[in-house]
Amino acid sequence: MQVSKGPVLIAGATSGIARAISNELAKEGHPIVLAGRDESELQRLASDLSIRTGTEVHTALFDASDPATHPLLLMEASAKAGKLEGAVLAFGYLGDQQLAQTDWQEARKILELNFVSAASLLHVLASDMETRQTGWITVLSSVAGDRGRMSNYVYGSAKGGLTVFLQGLRARLQKSGVHVMTVKPGPVDTAMTFGSDKLPLLADPGDVGAAIVKALKRRKDVVYVPSPWRLIMFVLRTVPEKVFKKTSL
Amino acid sequence: MQAQRFQDSDDVSASGYTPTRMQEARPSVKKLEGLSGWGRYPTADTAGIRPEKARDLAPVEGRCLARGLGRAYGDAALLSMGTMLLTERLNRFLDFDDQTGVLRAEAGTSLKDILDAMVPQGWFVPVTPGTKHCTLGGCIASDVHGKNHHRDGTFSAHVPRFSMVLADGTIVQASPIENPELFWATCGGMGLTGVVTEAELKLVPVETAYMKVWHVRSQNLDKTVALLTDPGYDAQYTVAWIDCLAGGSRLGRGIFMAGEHAKKSELSLRILNPLNPPAKGTKPFPVDLPGWALNPMSIKSFNWLYNWIQGSRKEFICSYDQFFYPLDGIHDWNRMYGKRGFLQYQFVLPMRTAFQGTKEILERLSKNRKASFLAVLKRFGPQGQGMLSFPMEGLTLALDIPFTEDLLPFLDGLDDIVMRHGGRIYLAKDARMKPEAFRAGYPRIDEFCDIRKRYDPEGKFDSNLASRLGLCR
Ligand SMILES: Cc1cc2nc3c(=O)[nH]c(=O)nc-3n(C[C@H](O)[C@H](O)[C@H](O)COP(=O)(O)OP(=O)(O)OC[C@H]3O[C@@H](n4cnc5c(N)ncnc54)[C@H](O)[C@@H]3O)c2cc1C
Ligand SMILES: NC(=O)c1ccc[n+]([C@@H]2O[C@H](COP(=O)([O-])OP(=O)(O)OC[C@H]3O[C@@H](n4cnc5c(N)ncnc54)[C@H](OP(=O)(O)O)[C@@H]3O)[C@@H](O)[C@H]2O)c1
Repeated sequence: MQVSKGPVLIAGATSGIARAISNELAKEGHPIVLAGRDESELQRLASDLSIRTGTEVHTALFDASDPATHPLLLMEASAKAGKLEGAVLAFGYLGDQQLAQTDWQEARKILELNFVSAASLLHVLASDMETRQTGWITVLSSVAGDRGRMSNYVYGSAKGGLTVFLQGLRARLQKSGVHVMTVKPGPVDTAMTFGSDKLPLLADPGDVGAAIVKALKRRKDVVYVPSPWRLIMFVLRTVPEKVFKKTSL
Repeated sequence: MQAQRFQDSDDVSASGYTPTRMQEARPSVKKLEGLSGWGRYPTADTAGIRPEKARDLAPVEGRCLARGLGRAYGDAALLSMGTMLLTERLNRFLDFDDQTGVLRAEAGTSLKDILDAMVPQGWFVPVTPGTKHCTLGGCIASDVHGKNHHRDGTFSAHVPRFSMVLADGTIVQASPIENPELFWATCGGMGLTGVVTEAELKLVPVETAYMKVWHVRSQNLDKTVALLTDPGYDAQYTVAWIDCLAGGSRLGRGIFMAGEHAKKSELSLRILNPLNPPAKGTKPFPVDLPGWALNPMSIKSFNWLYNWIQGSRKEFICSYDQFFYPLDGIHDWNRMYGKRGFLQYQFVLPMRTAFQGTKEILERLSKNRKASFLAVLKRFGPQGQGMLSFPMEGLTLALDIPFTEDLLPFLDGLDDIVMRHGGRIYLAKDARMKPEAFRAGYPRIDEFCDIRKRYDPEGKFDSNLASRLGLCR
C-alpha cells in the first residue's frame, strides 16, 4: 500500500470523521469517491477536497438504508474512479436510546443502519475484492459495541454485531490478501455527540481521522481511537456482569 | 445511479420505515458555560448550535450571533441571552480561480486552512492579523488589518463579495456593487447585520513560504515613528515593538520590524522546497500561570532582543509563521495570564495628533509600571469604506494588560486621551469601553444603525458588546 495510490470509496462521506479520513487519504494522493445521500453536500465536499489537495475526487449517491443501491454504488464508483483499492464505511446512526425503548421504529432504524446496512455494503465489497485478490476495507464500529450498557445498548448491540461480523470477514478475506480493519472510536466531537453534556473528553475528528489512516498504513486489525480507549474498554469488559448490571453506565 | 431512485428511497424504504434525514431534526443546542473571547474576560453563560453543513447556518428563534474561532478578545463574539451560531465546522473551499487568485470558501474557513493548502500552491492571504486561527467571517466582521495596512488596506479591500443570511432567513449576495450598503455595514459590523455564510478572498501570489525580515533599533519615540513613516525604511509589512517601561529620554524606544515575502533567489540553496517549509508542531500551553508571570517574561525577551540587535539593520530569512504568528506557536497562550484573563487595548489616532497622543499615553504607561510592558505600534494607511471599520490614517498602538482591579479606571483615563485626540478604540479587542468613547470614535454609527434597522428591524442579531456600548439605541 505504500506504493499504490488507488481509488478509495468513502461511504457516508458527509460524516465528520469521514471528512477527516478523506482529507488524509487525498493528501497522500489517493483518488477519492465520496458517497452519501446528500447530493449538494457531497458536491461541496468534493470541491473542498480537490482544491485543498489537488487530487481526483468523484461523488456518488446511495442510501445506506436501501441495500438495493449498494451494488450500484460499487459499479458507479469503479466506473468513475477505476477499481477500488480501498473502502471506508463511516455512515452510522446514534439515534435516541430513550426513544428506542418505547418506539420500535427508532430501535429498528438504529439496528438496521449500523448493522444490516453496513453488512450489506460489506457483502458487496467483499466479494469484489475477494475476486480481485486485493484491497482493504476500514469500518467505523464503536467502543459502544464492546459491552452492552444501559445508556446505549441498542446502538451498542448493532455496533457489537458489526464488530463480530468484521472479525469473521477479516479471517475470510485475509486468505485473498484483502485487509479488513475495525475502528473503535471513543466519543468524538461531531454532529453525533454535539450538545450531549454527558460525554466527557470528546476527541477531535481531525486527530481521529489522522490516527485511523496511520493505523491503516500499518495494517492494524483493530484500532481504538484515541488509543487510551483500548485500556478503558479492557477494564470495562472485565467487570463481572453481577456488578456491571447495577451501574448506570 | 439516478437521482430519482435516491429520492424514492428517501420516502419510504423497502423495509417499511421512513428514514428521517438527520438535518431535518432540530439542531442540537449545547450549553456554553463560561464562554469568553480570547482575553478570557468577560465570560458569559450561553448556548450554541454548530452546523456541520452550510445550509444549516441560519438564524434560530430568539436572538443570535455568529462566532468564528473566538479570537476577538472581549465580548464581541458573546451573546448571553440568545444562541451562538458556531461556524467553526463550515470550512469548505468551494472554488478557486488560479488566474485571479480568488478563493470562495465557507465563512468558518480559517486563515490557517487557507495557508496550509494554498501556500504550497504559491498563494498567500492578502491581509492577516497576528493569528491565523481566525475565520473568514470573523475577519470580515472585524474588518481586520495586518502589518501591511499602510499599503494594502483592511481585509475587506480584498473581499470581492460574500453571501449572507439575514434575520428573516433570506440569503443575499453583497459586494461593493451588489447591495453595497449591506456590504460596507457588514465589513467591520461585528456580526450585527447578519451571518456571512460564504466569502470570496483574493489571494496574492508568493514565490516562497519565507519572509525577508530586518530589524532596526530605535532609541525613542521620535525615531520609532520616523522609522514607521520614512519611505526609505518602508516595506510591505512594518510594525514596531515598544518598551512601555522606558521613560524620559528613552520614552518610546523600541524595535522596528519590516518584512517582505522572500523571492526564490533570496533563499539559501539549502532550502530545497521554498513553498513547503518543514512543519513545526505547536506546543500546548500546559497550565494557567499566575497573573504576574508574563511581565518579567516578556520584558526579558524584549531586552534580550533589543540588546541582540546591534547595528542599524539586521536582515534575516524566516518562515511566514515565525514572522506573522509568533504567538500561534504556543497553543492557548492566553492561559499565560491566568484565570482572571487580560485585556487588550488598541487605539488609533489620526496622523495630525498621533505623535502627541501616543506620547501622552506612553508617558502614562511608563509611570504606571504595573499596567503594561510591551506594546505594538503600527502606521495605518487611508481609511477604508467599512462603516464601523477600525483603521484610520494615523498610528495605532496595541497592548496586552493582565487584569487587575485598578485597570478599568486606568483605561478610562487612556480613553479620555484617545477621545481628546480624535481617535478610536478597536471593537474586536474591547471589553470595557464606555458608550461615550464609542460614539466619539465611530462617527458613522448612525448610518450603520439605519442599515441594520432595514435588514434586521427586530434586532435578531445582537451581542454583549452591542448591549454594553448601546450600539444602536
Ligand atoms: C493573537 C491575536 C492577534 C491578533 N492580531 C490582530 C491584528 O493584528 N489585527 C486585527 O485586526 N485583529 C487582530 N486580532 C483580532 C482578530 O483578528 C479578530 O478578532 C477576528 O475577528 C477573529 O476572528 P474569529 O474568527 O476568531 O472571530 P470571533 O472572535 O469568533 O468573532 C469576532 C466577530 O466576528 C463576528 N463573526 C464571526 N463569524 C461571523 C460570520 N460568519 N458572519 C458574521 N459575523 C461573524 C462575531 O459575531 C464577532 O462580532 C488578533 C487576535 C489575536 C488572538
Ligand atoms: N462521534 C462519535 O462519538 C462516534 C463514536 C464511535 C463511533 N462512531 C461511528 O463513526 C461513524 C461516523 O460518525 P460521525 O461521528 O462522523 O457521525 P456524523 O457526522 O453524524 O455522520 C453520520 C453519517 O452517516 C450518514 N448516514 C446516516 N444515514 C445514512 C443513510 N441512510 N445513507 C447514507 N448515509 C447515511 C450521514 O449522512 P447525512 O449527512 O446524509 O446525514 C453522515 O454522513 C459512525 O459509524 C459512528 O457510528 C462515532
